[in-house]
Amino acid sequence: MKKYTYTDKKDTRSGFGDGLLEAGKRNPEVVALCADLVGSLKMADFIKAFPERFFQTGIAEANMIGMAAGLTIGGKIPFTGTFANFSTGRVYDQIRQSVAYSDKNVKICASHAGLTLGEDGATHQILEDIGLMKMLPGMTVINPCDYNQTKAATIAIAEHHGPVYLRFGRPVVPIFTDADQKFEIGKAWMVNEGADVSIFATGHLVWEAIQAGEKLAEEGIDAEIINIHTIKPLDAEAVLKSVAKTGCVVTAEEHNRLGGLGDSIAQLLAVNNPTPQEYVAVNDSFGESGTPAQLMTKYGLDAEHIIAAAKKVIARKKQNS
Amino acid sequence: MKQDIEQLKQTASQVRRDIVRMVHACQSGHPGGSLGCTDFLVALYFNIMKNDPSFNMDAKGEDLFFLSNGHISPVFYSVLAHAGYFDKAELGTFRKLNSRLQGHPTTHEGLPGVRIASGSLGQGLSVAIGAALAKRLNGDDSIVYTLHGDGELQEGQIWEAAMFAPHNKLDRLIATVDYNGQQIDGPTEMVLSLGNLKAKFEAFGWEVLEEPHGNDMASVVAVLEKAKSLTGKGKPIVILLKTGMGYGVDFMMGSHKWHGVAPNDEQLATALAQLEETLGDY
Repeated sequence: MKKYTYTDKKDTRSGFGDGLLEAGKRNPEVVALCADLVGSLKMADFIKAFPERFFQTGIAEANMIGMAAGLTIGGKIPFTGTFANFSTGRVYDQIRQSVAYSDKNVKICASHAGLTLGEDGATHQILEDIGLMKMLPGMTVINPCDYNQTKAATIAIAEHHGPVYLRFGRPVVPIFTDADQKFEIGKAWMVNEGADVSIFATGHLVWEAIQAGEKLAEEGIDAEIINIHTIKPLDAEAVLKSVAKTGCVVTAEEHNRLGGLGDSIAQLLAVNNPTPQEYVAVNDSFGESGTPAQLMTKYGLDAEHIIAAAKKVIARKKQNS
Repeated sequence: MKQDIEQLKQTASQVRRDIVRMVHACQSGHPGGSLGCTDFLVALYFNIMKNDPSFNMDAKGEDLFFLSNGHISPVFYSVLAHAGYFDKAELGTFRKLNSRLQGHPTTHEGLPGVRIASGSLGQGLSVAIGAALAKRLNGDDSIVYTLHGDGELQEGQIWEAAMFAPHNKLDRLIATVDYNGQQIDGPTEMVLSLGNLKAKFEAFGWEVLEEPHGNDMASVVAVLEKAKSLTGKGKPIVILLKTGMGYGVDFMMGSHKWHGVAPNDEQLATALAQLEETLGDY
């Protein structure tokens, strides 16, 4: 097992804030909108650097998405910022008609995704956003794993033409990817090569997968771990290549098991190479209040659950053979 | 080339013929609102706006128009064709398989002249505001126009946008409400009253113009000129344009019944007999 360490921890939303500032410096067409959550989205530095390129929309997310679509007419590259729930479910039709169907170059940037905003509870958590966004034709869906990757992804999507959903969060998580990485949209990142099971993880579950991989290695299980930061378009080649080697799959995501990364992988495999698969995801329920760590444990999203899923799927593979 | 009032009337007559023929040909679509807004759209594209039919999506230095009530696509398509955005023969493909002229306007098929999809109501004002913000950033002082149905104002997003524009002093934005008092389920006053629209927009910080004769070409041009003269003075402008649904075809007028119904062969003949063919049918 390749060794991963970290010296610092940060929230991925700060990676977005710092990436947005950098994207703004690189391209004068980059503009930003926020629906009364500037602090939560870490947009203050961008606003300070480019006050005329920032639009405070008030608590009016539908109008924000429509205005972002309009800003592209005239060549702007708008980044919208609010919580994931208000970035997707609340404005689904606005995104569908004015952004996706209209082929607008809007970057929908969503913080506080999943359960781990914690104490605010299920009204502010969302576990359906990946599904909602990946179903839209032409939408790119990205869920980076740490601060550095979120920053790199934010810079990369400014250079990519087309609508993007960028998902990140509030909890402070280890920084274990390179600070100067080049983010390639749609290109899975090999975290650890292995032979016994493929663990496809997204978001901060990648770190949990690494923790799981180390413990599995101690027990003689050689896990391949792949960071699927881009859920759509899915890196089918990387997934199929890995599965051809390992013959069984665990998917790990902070999302409902319906409609998330796991489903994307299951669909790919069902058609190309039917393979035993276990989901580490929320089992079709809403979240609740609690600390992020408590919620990760209660809803089965930590390293322990990845380990259990890996052992279970390996046993299924052996049964089949 | 800027048309005078007589020429605009001639164009409007042909556009009305196109509308009923298009809706008849596919036996679907929305003739009522299209006929009611014909004079407005003809005035806008052939007299008021500074626009280039060679069509560039970003339209820097050009005036822009956004149709928010996308169901009146027949009038929009006919006006765009006559303005030179695409060949008018293509009007015959309206709502048919593999057409660029979808039931509701879209950019998705690459039809020149369309800059946003519309149909799901209430979104166009926000899009227009975004385009106006882009123009401001680009140092482009041209004007952004929109058209909305009055029933569409029941959508909450309209009022989010209505609050944003005055707060941000978007004063090169001219919204028009097709104030025909009708919607699918009946008169707007019965379905969900709009109340005092003038007072509502004024309370939100808009400059409000009322035009009771939205099917009189000279009046339509005059109110649009008046609106233009009010741009650059710190407030967005809204025109409450009283129109008659189905205007120009006697049996379609004054009722919501022709909101989304196509005429049969006999009705088509009756309608065409009332509308002079001025520029040649497509």
